Amino acid sequence: MKFNARTFSIGGIHPEENKLTHEVATQVAALPKQAIFPLGQHIGAPAKPVVQKGDKVKVGTMIAEANGFVSAPIYSSVSGTVLKIDTAIDATGYRKPAIIINVEGDEWEERIDRSDKLETVAAHPELTPEEIVERIKSAGVVGMGGACFPTFIKLTPPPTAKAECVIINAVECEPYITADYRLMMEHADEILVGLELLMKAAKVTKGYIGIETNKPAAIELLTRKCAEVFGTSAYQVSVVPLKQRYPQGGEKQLVDAVIGRQVPAPPAIPVNVGAIVQNVGTAFAVYEAVMKHKPLFERYTTVTGKRLQNPSNFLVRMGTPMKELIDACGGMPEGDHKLLAGGPMMGKALTSVDVPICKGTNSVTIISDDEAVRKEPQPCIRCAKCVGACPMGLEPYLLAKLAAVQNWERSEQEDVVSCIECGSCQFTCPAHRPLLDHIRLGKATVMGIIRGRAEKK
Amino acid sequence: MGKLVVSLSPHAHGKDTVERNMYGVIIALLPALLVSFWFFGIGSAIVCGTSVAACVLFEWAINKYILRNERTTICDGSAVLTGLLLGFNLPSNLPIWIIIIGALFAIGLAKMPFGGLGNNLFNPALVGRAALLVAFPAQMTTWPKAGQITSYLDAETGATPLYLMQQAIKNGDPSLLDQLPDSLSLFLGNHPDGAGALGEICGAALLLGLVFMLWRKIITWHIPVSIIATVFVFSGLMHLTSPVYADPITVILSGGLLLGAIFMATDYVTSPMTPKGQLIYGVAIGVLTVIIRNWGAYPEGMSFAILIMNAFTPLINNYVKPQRFGEELKG
Repeated sequence: MKFNARTFSIGGIHPEENKLTHEVATQVAALPKQAIFPLGQHIGAPAKPVVQKGDKVKVGTMIAEANGFVSAPIYSSVSGTVLKIDTAIDATGYRKPAIIINVEGDEWEERIDRSDKLETVAAHPELTPEEIVERIKSAGVVGMGGACFPTFIKLTPPPTAKAECVIINAVECEPYITADYRLMMEHADEILVGLELLMKAAKVTKGYIGIETNKPAAIELLTRKCAEVFGTSAYQVSVVPLKQRYPQGGEKQLVDAVIGRQVPAPPAIPVNVGAIVQNVGTAFAVYEAVMKHKPLFERYTTVTGKRLQNPSNFLVRMGTPMKELIDACGGMPEGDHKLLAGGPMMGKALTSVDVPICKGTNSVTIISDDEAVRKEPQPCIRCAKCVGACPMGLEPYLLAKLAAVQNWERSEQEDVVSCIECGSCQFTCPAHRPLLDHIRLGKATVMGIIRGRAEKK
Repeated sequence: MGKLVVSLSPHAHGKDTVERNMYGVIIALLPALLVSFWFFGIGSAIVCGTSVAACVLFEWAINKYILRNERTTICDGSAVLTGLLLGFNLPSNLPIWIIIIGALFAIGLAKMPFGGLGNNLFNPALVGRAALLVAFPAQMTTWPKAGQITSYLDAETGATPLYLMQQAIKNGDPSLLDQLPDSLSLFLGNHPDGAGALGEICGAALLLGLVFMLWRKIITWHIPVSIIATVFVFSGLMHLTSPVYADPITVILSGGLLLGAIFMATDYVTSPMTPKGQLIYGVAIGVLTVIIRNWGAYPEGMSFAILIMNAFTPLINNYVKPQRFGEELKG
C-alpha cells in the first residue's frame, strides 16, 4: 500500500528495523513471585511510600503517593504482603529506593472495572475536562514511550501557551520494539476513546495519529476506526502516515512531521507551538484510568533479541523482574550480551536481569555478539556525516570536541542543550567515535551552569 | 549466563567505516584510472604506481620511526588515496624521483606533521602537486600527448587546451580557440593533442566516479555542483563579454576542473562541515579558478583555488552554522 507520507525536516537516519515480533500476538505474562516497585520511575521527584512492611495490598492499591507537583503516584500491580521498603537495582544501574511485595493470589481493588465493555465519552457526561485531568493524575499515568513525564502536566499547559491539537505518537521508530504496534492492532477502539478524552481534557478539537509506513495494517485499521468514531462528531481526527526515519518518535520531530511546526530551543515545549504529544500507550492508559478506574500498573512490553528463542510481546504487571519475561521467551542465550531497557538507539544498558518492568519499559532488548561491543574509535575524518544526521541541526563532531576539552562557554553558544540524545550522530560515525558520550557530558554540565546562573539572579 | 555488557546508548551502529569511504573514493577513481591507462599506457601506470607506493611507504615509515605509533594507519586507505590523487595530477612522463619527492611533500609535509588523517589543514595531494609545480616548473608543465601507450619519459608533448585558452586571452586573439578540441572529445578524452595531467583527461569517467560517490553517500552534491555551476556562470559571462574567452562548456571540460571539483575539493578533512559552508567554499573555488586561469601566471588555477579555500575552511566552519531545529521561530 502506498501512502502520501510526511516526515521531519532535518537530519535523521535509517537503522535496521529488526521488528522480530511484529506479528506475534500479545500474551499475558505470568504473575511474578515478588514484585519490585522503584519509587523513582517517572521524571520528577520520586514517589513517597504510603505502605509499611507487613501491609496487605491488592492489585490497584496505592503504595506510594506523588511527592510534589512534578511527580506521580505508584500503584501495586499485585496482591500480597509488603516484604520491605528497601533499595533495588533499577535501570540506572544504581540501587534506588523501592517497595518490594511478596505476591499472594491475584485480588483486585473493587473499584476497578475488569470487564471488556467499551466505554464511550458520550455515555459519561460527568467527565468534565477537570475531572479527566484529575483521574489521569491520581491514576499515576505518565508518558509510556519511555520518557515518563507525568501526563496531567502536559494537559494543563502554562497560560502563555495555547493547545490547538493532540498528537498521538504511534511512530515506534526504535528498532526491535513492537509493543505500541501490538497495542494498536489489539485495542484500537480503546485508544481512540483515550484520544477523545485527551482532546476533551486539553479543550481542543483536532487530533492526529502519527504512524510510520512500516505499519500499514495499523494505518489502515486506525484510519477506518477514526472515520467510524469521529466521522460525525465535532472532533477532526486524522491518521498521518509518516516516512520511516529515526528519530521520528522524538516529540519535536513528530510535531514537525505532523503539523509542520518546529518547537524552538529549550525551554520551549511542544505546546508552545500548539501541540500536545502523547504516546499511543499513554492514550490507552488514559482510557483505562478514566473509564475503568484502573490505575497504571501494567503495560505492553516487547521482549526481543536476535539470539532469543521466542521473542514475544507481553501484557505485563509492572514490578515483574525482567528475568521472568526473558525466561518465558526461552531464557538468556549463551554468552555475553547487552541487556537493554528500551531499544538499541536510546535504551539503557542494564547491569542485572532482576531489574523490574517499570512504567516506561516499552521493551527488553537483548543485543548479542559483535553488535553488543563497541568498535575501537579512529580519528575523526571530518566527513560531516554527523552534521547531516543530526535532527536538531547541531554539529555533533564539534560539540563532542568542545566537551572533551571542557570548553563549556563555547558548548553553550553551539546550543549543546538542544541535543535530544537520539544517538543518530554516533550511529552514522564511520570512525566509531563515542560522540554522544561526550555530548551528554557537555549538555549536563552546561545545563548545570545555566541553572546555577538562574539561581544567582 | 555470561556477562552483561554495559555502555551508553546508542547500542546500534550504521556499519559505515572510514575504510568503506576511503576505498569507496578509490573505486570511484577507477574508471578515470583505466581511461588513463588507455591513453597514456605505461607512463600512467608508472606514475600512479610510484605515487601510491611512495605515499604508503612514507606514511608507514613516519608512523613507525618518527611518531613511533604502534598501530599503522596505512590500512585505512587514506595514503593509497592520496597517492592515487597525486598521481592523477601529474604528467604521465614525470621521472620517478620527482614523483617520490611529491609524495614526500604530500605525506611528510602536508599530512603527518599535522597529526595524520583528519588533522591536516591542506589537501595532501594538492600540496604535493603545488610543491612540485614550484620546484620543477619545466617538468610539471610539459604534458604528453595522449595515445602513446608504450612511451614514458620519451613521450612527445603538446599544448594543453588550457594553454591555448590563456594565450588567446593574453594575445587577444580568439582564433587560437579554433585549435581547441570540441566538447565531445574533451568529455570523452579522445583528443590527440596535449591533454594535461593523466587523471583529468576524460570527463565522462570522472563524472561516473561522482555518480558512484553520490550513490554510496560518500559525499554530498554541494561542493562539486557549486564549483561547476559557478565556473559555468562566471566563464559564461566572460564568454559573452568577449570571444577571447572560451565557451563555458569547454572551460569546464578542460584541465583539472572536474577532477578537482569531484575528487580534490571534496576531501573530507579539508572541506567545510556544513552544507551552507560547502556551498560558500565551492562558489569561492569556482571564482578563484576562473580568475587564476584567465588572468594568472599559471594556465591551471584549480589546485591553487582549492588550496586557498582549504585555508579558509576553519574560518567557514567557525562562522557558518547549520540551520538549527526551531530556529526560524526564535525571538
